[in-house]
Amino acid sequence: MTRPLPRAGKKPPQKYSIFSLARQAMQGHQGWQAAWRSPEPQPEYDVIIVGGGGHGLATAYYLAKETNVGRIAVLEKGWLAGGNTARNTTIIRSNYLCDESARLYGHAHDLWEGLSQDLNYNVMFSPRGVIMLSHNVHDQQVAARHYHALNLNGIDSTLLSAEEVKEKVPLINIHGRYPVLGGLYQARAGNARHDAVAWGYARAADQMGVDIIENCPVEDFVIENGVVKGVQTPKGVIRAGKVGVVAAGHSSVLAEMAGFRMPLESVPLQAFVSEPIKPCFDTVVMSNSVHIYMSQSDKGELVIGAGSDNYVSYTQRGSFDLFDHAVQPLLELYPFVARLRMLRQWAGIVDVTRDRSPIITKTPIENLFFNCGWGTGGFKATPGSGHVFAHSIAKGEMHDIAAPFGMDRFSTGALIDEAAAAAVMH
Amino acid sequence: MFIIDCPWCGTRDQSEFTTHGEAHITRPEDPETLDDAEWAQYVFYRNNVKGWYRERWVHSSGCGRWFNLLRNTASDAIAASYRPEDPLPPLPEDSY
Ligand SMILES: Cc1cc2nc3c(=O)[nH]c(=O)nc-3n(C[C@H](O)[C@H](O)[C@H](O)COP(=O)(O)OP(=O)(O)OC[C@H]3O[C@@H](n4cnc5c(N)ncnc54)[C@H](O)[C@@H]3O)c2cc1C
Ligand SMILES: [Zn+2]
Repeated sequence: MTRPLPRAGKKPPQKYSIFSLARQAMQGHQGWQAAWRSPEPQPEYDVIIVGGGGHGLATAYYLAKETNVGRIAVLEKGWLAGGNTARNTTIIRSNYLCDESARLYGHAHDLWEGLSQDLNYNVMFSPRGVIMLSHNVHDQQVAARHYHALNLNGIDSTLLSAEEVKEKVPLINIHGRYPVLGGLYQARAGNARHDAVAWGYARAADQMGVDIIENCPVEDFVIENGVVKGVQTPKGVIRAGKVGVVAAGHSSVLAEMAGFRMPLESVPLQAFVSEPIKPCFDTVVMSNSVHIYMSQSDKGELVIGAGSDNYVSYTQRGSFDLFDHAVQPLLELYPFVARLRMLRQWAGIVDVTRDRSPIITKTPIENLFFNCGWGTGGFKATPGSGHVFAHSIAKGEMHDIAAPFGMDRFSTGALIDEAAAAAVMH
Repeated sequence: MFIIDCPWCGTRDQSEFTTHGEAHITRPEDPETLDDAEWAQYVFYRNNVKGWYRERWVHSSGCGRWFNLLRNTASDAIAASYRPEDPLPPLPEDSY
């Protein structure tokens, strides 16, 4: 635990730069301010965001920066971004199949590119390229279909031969039990540092006056005549003009409090990391048909994603056989990993929809909005999701890009079917 | 990861089984009278409970038969395993 740093009364917030770093280095790093305050909740806000993960914090940031809704709070059940934001494998890409997804993930991708400057916080966005492998004829046909759809939507995309994959990833074994026949490549894709994204949004939102309140679970909603009026928490009732729920795996639990259901199931998704080694893997490689994806963090750890269990669970630990199923193809594709020790293994609870697309929506309760269903692949969408959700809440009407993702699509039949594109992993 | 008691075979490792989601969702009696929203509830919406949950499992790498589990999704504790024709075992009093 680091001790809380003082944030002196009226002092302007610090700006991070090479100069502030040098100045602090001279003073033995004693003068850094806390990155955000830890205020007690006010009795009332204009907008309350429930869930302090990346998406919730981004929503608060864009609400404060680009709209004039007034007083904003983020209520987080545990510590900031301890949910899926802290647990994901940080892959960022925007090569989705459907037109609606192309716009949503493309919007996010554009925002990633300027995010560190925008937030004055280094989110370590690293467009190191993402390769999605094909292991059989069906994979190759799916890749070709995606390639053409992506071209029509103006999204950068390249089909690689097996040899080109090998050139980019010298450590891969292309002739093993899972032969590599080729790959679909997005050069602009890559990853970012998950914690920094949450902290950067939190700090920037806090500087604009957003109250970020940790250890404050929402236990019920205050609803009067079908209109949400606030939330019930252990710190008392906090009233609100509008409420936006961004609670990932717990979205159904919150919906139940408000008296409706969601078309979601919450399941564990696993990942694990190796001991740190010298840089040897400078791109991101995913394999949809064998459920394994890998990249190397800046610390040198190999970050490896596995599959998801198919039973509902909120336990944040996956089953061992899934881990086993990930390790087998991992060693076939990357034999060198056999000699590494694995340091940590964990799971996050992901909220999965049937069409594998998110839900950004109004609800049966007036002024209550939900942003969920990001399932196994929402980290990449964090800036775009927050941006369109903020504007939807502020206006009371869904943003253009968000509109097709309403929960009414499950009744109208206008599903956005990314099941093939997303499979288990993103 | 848990151990499941198949009502026909006895106790086996979870990896022998597959699940098919929430149990006791009955097909609408009068399909013609349902509107789109009601169909959506039947097809897509689930209780997705954090707590005691009744769900369908099949012993896919065993006897191949279907049964139901009463499992707590917050702890993975299992209170009962029962055949489709069995009466519903009651929800445990404790929340774990
Ligand atoms: C192992 C794993 C690997 C993944 N890999 C990738 C990847 O490579 N690329 C990618 O794009 N995505 C990936 N994802 C998915 C991604 O992590 C999520 O889609 C994304 O982080 C969701 O962000 P969020 O802010 O909505 O959720 P979260 O970060 O989970 O935030 C939700 C917050 O709501 C809080 N909350 C819940 N209930 C309440 C309550 N009652 N009151 C107050 N607060 C509450 C929670 O504590 C939590 O902090 C992965 C996920 C996992 C688990
Ligand atoms: Zn059996």
